[in-house]
Amino acid sequence: MKELSEFAVEMRDVVKTFKTPEGTMLNAVDHVNMNIKNGEFFSMLGSSGCGKTTSLRMMAGFEWPSEGEIYIEGQAMGHTPPFQRNVNTVFQSYALFQHMTVYQNIAFGLEMEKAPPDEIKARVGRVLDMVQLMGMEKRFPKQLSGGQQQRIALARALVKLPNVLLLDEPLGALDLKLRKEMQLELKAIQQKVGITFIYVTHDQEEALTMSDRIAVMSKGKVMQMGTPVEIYERPTSRFVAGFIGESNFLEGTVQSINGERANVLVPALMTEVTGLNTGKVKMGEKAVVCIRPEKIRISDEPVSKQNSFRGAVKTTTYIGSDTHVYVEVGKLTIKVWEQNRVSSLDPKAYYTAGQNLTLNLMPENTLILADA
Amino acid sequence: MNPHRRHPFIRIAALVVYFFLYAPIVMLVLYSFNASRTNILFEGFIPSVGPLQMEGSLVTQSPCGAFHWFCELAKNQEVGVAARNTLTIALTSTFVSAIIGTMAALAMQRYNFRIKPFAQLSLYIPIVIPEIVMGIGVLTLFSQLFAIVNNSLGLAGDARLTLGIGTVIVSHIAFCVPFVTLVVQARLQGFDKSYEEAAMDLGANELVTFWRVTFPMILPGVLSGALLAFTLSLDDFVITFFATGPGATTLPIYVYGLLRRIITPQVNALSTIWIGLVLVAVVLLQRLQAREAK
Amino acid sequence: MLKRLRENKSAQGTLLVTPTLLWMIGLLIIPLLLTLVISFGSRDADGGVIYGFSFHNYLRLFGYSTNCDAGQASCFEPLYVNILGRSLSLAFNTTLIVISMAYPLAYFIARAHPKQRTTFLMLVLVPLWTNFVIRVYAWMMLLREQGVINGIIGWLAARLNIPFEPLQMLYTPGAVLVGMVYEFLPFMILPIFTSLEKIDNALFEAAADLGANPFRTFLRVTLPLSMPGVVAGTILVFIPVMGTFIVSDILGGRQVILVGNLIQRQFLDARDPTFGSAASLILMILTLIVTYFYTRKFGFGEEIVVA
Repeated sequence: MKELSEFAVEMRDVVKTFKTPEGTMLNAVDHVNMNIKNGEFFSMLGSSGCGKTTSLRMMAGFEWPSEGEIYIEGQAMGHTPPFQRNVNTVFQSYALFQHMTVYQNIAFGLEMEKAPPDEIKARVGRVLDMVQLMGMEKRFPKQLSGGQQQRIALARALVKLPNVLLLDEPLGALDLKLRKEMQLELKAIQQKVGITFIYVTHDQEEALTMSDRIAVMSKGKVMQMGTPVEIYERPTSRFVAGFIGESNFLEGTVQSINGERANVLVPALMTEVTGLNTGKVKMGEKAVVCIRPEKIRISDEPVSKQNSFRGAVKTTTYIGSDTHVYVEVGKLTIKVWEQNRVSSLDPKAYYTAGQNLTLNLMPENTLILADA
Repeated sequence: MNPHRRHPFIRIAALVVYFFLYAPIVMLVLYSFNASRTNILFEGFIPSVGPLQMEGSLVTQSPCGAFHWFCELAKNQEVGVAARNTLTIALTSTFVSAIIGTMAALAMQRYNFRIKPFAQLSLYIPIVIPEIVMGIGVLTLFSQLFAIVNNSLGLAGDARLTLGIGTVIVSHIAFCVPFVTLVVQARLQGFDKSYEEAAMDLGANELVTFWRVTFPMILPGVLSGALLAFTLSLDDFVITFFATGPGATTLPIYVYGLLRRIITPQVNALSTIWIGLVLVAVVLLQRLQAREAK
Repeated sequence: MLKRLRENKSAQGTLLVTPTLLWMIGLLIIPLLLTLVISFGSRDADGGVIYGFSFHNYLRLFGYSTNCDAGQASCFEPLYVNILGRSLSLAFNTTLIVISMAYPLAYFIARAHPKQRTTFLMLVLVPLWTNFVIRVYAWMMLLREQGVINGIIGWLAARLNIPFEPLQMLYTPGAVLVGMVYEFLPFMILPIFTSLEKIDNALFEAAADLGANPFRTFLRVTLPLSMPGVVAGTILVFIPVMGTFIVSDILGGRQVILVGNLIQRQFLDARDPTFGSAASLILMILTLIVTYFYTRKFGFGEEIVVA
């Protein structure tokens, strides 16, 4: 019997307080609200200590909230122990039982449900097929490679067909190439089985690649929640804009607001910059102009009167696909990523230090954020 | 740089120390086959098998041939009783101390509770006080306690509580438990809690998690703790000496009693058997560790 | 009920430790307290205990005597102080000799090729597990006047036509020292080996890379890192040497009396358990003091249980 809840998991005003070794109290999770929809691939992204893993562990039932409540399929969880929750976890360390074979590891969860032996055998076979590890049943975890162990950990959780699968940095121990392969495979498996995945990672690229929605977390709080495009293209705070990808920040004061646009006086440039008003800035308040380095256009002469600045190249870095150009404008250094569209061996094709040029910030690509 | 390179001085010193360790043992074993009854010089093996014959202090023929002293030992009923007592005591105290020691190790490693510092202290004391202190302690306890019980209940004759196998076992458990706890605790230190979380996550409650996951994973630690307890109990002289009573002689106590009265090659035979068993145990242990290392 | 226990971690821990704790209270704490109580009492004619509160046992232990030459009410009787001093110095000497023998061997084993290492280590386990009493017996056989060593020397002397009087080796302080060293040597080898084995080989390479010669590397790197093993070994050797009475009983006869012998005789031969209890507590306090000052700097950890 499935609960007709729109949300697979809800966190309502959840606080988790830990005692630090110094004896002070710390809110590892600080009044977090999250709604995770059924069938969604949802990521919690943040650096270590941001509360993402603690949130996941509270969903799994390894920790209990100090305040607030977690709902799974609309049911308040309270102090329900992990073995009475219809969620399963893929651990960062995999936590494969070393004294059991691959088969015994995967069958463990089904045995706990008291599933009949025939059914266990069939389901273990199916899930091993899904993670492409048929024929490994009799091996012990120690005899498998890191990537294979990761798949077994996934299979062991998936075989239970939980409503929600919780994944705690499951790819963290793999090397880069394998990690990229597994990212695509995980996403494919998720779409195939249709189970809600809640994925914890500190790797922004991983989160952007796989997720339907992302919650960016910092210091126990959710900074922004949205689709990868929303998070990257419309960050609502300086923190998110700086954490996801790179940004140039120009600090100033709001001069005027014109519907969607706002003008900010940037003292370091001694001029006004126009950009999209995200709706949070007010006249006369401090604000920050935020522009992604790849969205700045370089030209010899100003393209328009608005948002064009003369500057001189400070340094450049050639990184293959792009050239990173650092341009001194007024008192600021602005970074610009230029795609290398032309193949050339001439160093001049990639800008040289001291070269004078114009930077053009398109107002529709420029965001005006409140400077919190 | 070869990490296995060792200075000649180290090699010679090691050789000397090994010689020091083994010369007495080899001598003990060799003399258990000695034809001489006085056991001063090694006079060669007993040459032939047949009815017992002697020339002066030399045994020249024995029904058991060179194993004469082993046969003599086998006829010795006191040794048989002492061996049985030793084994009963060692097995029982190992079993009990392995169980309660493992429980205590889990408590000390995993939980915080009010009496933890006190428990920790009481587990350290037997390690850092001389055995004789504990020995006379249990002797005093049992003699005072039994005197009170016997007098107040009016027990007489065989019904009286006396020192014996029971008191020895109880005392052995007391000095084995701290060692079991330490060994198991050391194993638990490297134990990743996520194994247990994984089991619970997959639907196992606390008890099932313990028996299916935690226990099998700490079993090597429990076994080595039990092995340590077994050897401690088997080897113990001092505490047994004070806690034992009539009819509860163990092998070490029996040998000690002999040494104060008479020396016979029978003792060498007994030592040889003991050393042989130790060798077997050591080889088995090494095999076990090698398998675990794989 | 179950649900409350599940959420009460503190109760779970208390429950798990309870059997062990009961055992330790019943067979360690209470006996120690009993020893303390008795040590203030005195003996009756049958060797029973008359409870009381007097320090006379302790005073007697530290040399106060009323059994003096004519005219003196009290005097200093050094018998028991000497026994305490002898036990302490024997324990120190034994420990020093054992360290100087165990360290090279432990170093040898730790630096051996892994394949040979287990064999070398097993060779230490065999004497360790061979019964304590049997090992004393071996030395008794060797050292007796009509023992193996005298037998061999006598045989050689006869071959060379040199007159030979059997040496008196048994029942001397030397015999006790050799016996103690032999008994406790393995207890020192194993902890030192364990701490040496833990040292990362890269540290030696780093020391060599930074210009230290092998001797300086040993002094500055190896020795400090192996100190926990030496400390653990010292505890495993010093404490039992202080308290044992078999070695001195069998190899020392009536000549070498240690605290252990003193206590044992008070309980079994002389039948004054109150004086024995006082001696036992003084012994415990002495060892605790030594252990405390010794471990305060280094502490001891898992090395102590490898034996």
